[in-house]
Amino acid sequence: MAADDRIRAPAIAEETPAPPDAARGIGVGRIMSEARRYPVFPILLLLIVLVIPAAFADFIAPHDPKLGSLGSKLLPPVWMEGGTTEHLLGTDRVGRDILTRIMYGARVSVVTAVIAIFIAGILGTTMGIVAGYTGGMVDAVVMRLVDISLSIPIILLALVLVAAVGASMGTVITVLVLLMWSRYARLVRGETLAVRVQDFIARAQVSGSSHRRIMLRHVFPNVFNSIIVLATLNVGFVIILESTLSFLGAGIPPPQPAWGLMVADGRVLITSPNGWWVAMFPGLAIMLVVLSMNLLGDWLRDRLDPKQRQV
Amino acid sequence: MQRYILVRIVQSILALLVLTVIVFSLARFAGDPLDVLLPLEATVEDAERVRAAWGLDKPVYVQYFKFLGNALTGDFGESIKHRDQQAIDLVFDRLPNTALLAGLALVVATVIAVPVGVLSAVKKDTVFDYLGKILALTGQSLPAFWLGLVLMWIFAVNLGLVPTSGKSGVTSYILPAISIGWFQVAALMRLVRSSMLDVLDTEYVKLARIKGVSERKVVWKHCLRNAAIAPFTYFALILGSLMVGSVSIEFVFAWPGVGLLAVDSTIARDFPVIQAVVIVFCVVYITANLLVDIAYAYVDPRIRFS
Repeated sequence: MAADDRIRAPAIAEETPAPPDAARGIGVGRIMSEARRYPVFPILLLLIVLVIPAAFADFIAPHDPKLGSLGSKLLPPVWMEGGTTEHLLGTDRVGRDILTRIMYGARVSVVTAVIAIFIAGILGTTMGIVAGYTGGMVDAVVMRLVDISLSIPIILLALVLVAAVGASMGTVITVLVLLMWSRYARLVRGETLAVRVQDFIARAQVSGSSHRRIMLRHVFPNVFNSIIVLATLNVGFVIILESTLSFLGAGIPPPQPAWGLMVADGRVLITSPNGWWVAMFPGLAIMLVVLSMNLLGDWLRDRLDPKQRQV
Repeated sequence: MQRYILVRIVQSILALLVLTVIVFSLARFAGDPLDVLLPLEATVEDAERVRAAWGLDKPVYVQYFKFLGNALTGDFGESIKHRDQQAIDLVFDRLPNTALLAGLALVVATVIAVPVGVLSAVKKDTVFDYLGKILALTGQSLPAFWLGLVLMWIFAVNLGLVPTSGKSGVTSYILPAISIGWFQVAALMRLVRSSMLDVLDTEYVKLARIKGVSERKVVWKHCLRNAAIAPFTYFALILGSLMVGSVSIEFVFAWPGVGLLAVDSTIARDFPVIQAVVIVFCVVYITANLLVDIAYAYVDPRIRFS
């Protein structure tokens, strides 16, 4: 025993003083240290819950998202009594497979969020750059519009819009754009003000560049990082808002498999003995996606744009 | 200072005016009001007579100013769904329920956010701080309506501790208040934390420590009192967004408030009521915003001079 210890002791002593080397080996230590450097966890989660289902729902989804069979309605998830491997997360009131609908719902969420953020981003960025670069009256008018837009409670505006023109994906995107453009405009205008006074802008002006060219080629690349960070941080917010609107019947209209709509389907079943899973799993999907999007956004902000970081 | 407040008041009124324009034009957008007002067998002459009686033959801007004038006196017309009830009365009947819920949600948010925020600041970069961060993160990631359903399922359906929905006893307030307040916890906590971190670094806190004041007193009395100023001005803003945030939660818990009224009348396309709800809520929301800015300007001179 004693001899054994003496032989082992130096071996351990040789291994321990070099933690960086130990971390380079393949194992938990290596994974943990890499995970700290890159947001591995949120990215994996996003891939599993959002990106892969949204892109490949047609190939990997086990059933049809809009077609149910009354013979298999309200089947519980597989781990409960009466659950089948046919429907891993159970079925809803008309026998549609919940896992399938969550997968297709990912597509609805991604499409809505991307289109809304893209339009709001372009609109807000254009107005922000023009306002910041031009100054004067243009700036004053744009900033008043921003103030007004920021002080209007958006859910209520959405309800009015839906009562007027009906619920559709177009309505949802309109509401989201109306809400978000002002955030981009405000951010970009602030950044533009800082960029405008720098030497390279003056030099571009002296060398005869047009205003449009300066805004596009010199100002825009310098504010781009901030826009990307804001857009990433916005995705989670947009998904929550879209699902809230859908849940209230003011968003994506049925029978589209939107997550908020699925939770709304399961709302009345929560109080009945059977069927809690109908509302539970789509909500869980929303939470996981928003959580990982927020983590990713925080990481990106620290990397690209430390100025926006909160203490 | 006075100039700043004046500018903000004018801005707020402007925002409200823009809102009335939006609401008015959307209502017109929804279709010819005569389709709803007239019975099917009405003749063309009848239609013209009603059109003139309701002022619908006038130019759009005249109609808008009439709408605006009526709105200022609280007259949005009768509800379409609940005949012979003024839309504005329906809103004001339910406003106390919503305000009560929002107030309770604010209490919930404060009770959770302040201790956690203080702890995360005092024990920065320790387990407490990370737990606080996780709490903030989950708060922002949970959709309120789903949180409401999950809480209802656990505490009302399975454990039977509280009623599932409606407004009955004291216990019926608990779940809706938590569901609405939860989302605000994150924002309030971050605010308390950063504001505490600033205060912890000041000379008078160092002096208090040198004098031998107990750590508990330093943190909870000397620091928190000073750190609370910024979050406190934020309260009005939270209250405003809590009331608007109550829409989905009132729908989940069938809470007889303005939010549920808004959803119900949207489904029924009861335009007078929707208009009344939106305008009343926006007045509350915009006033809250205005109060916050004025309070901030009082507390922080940098704002009023910029």
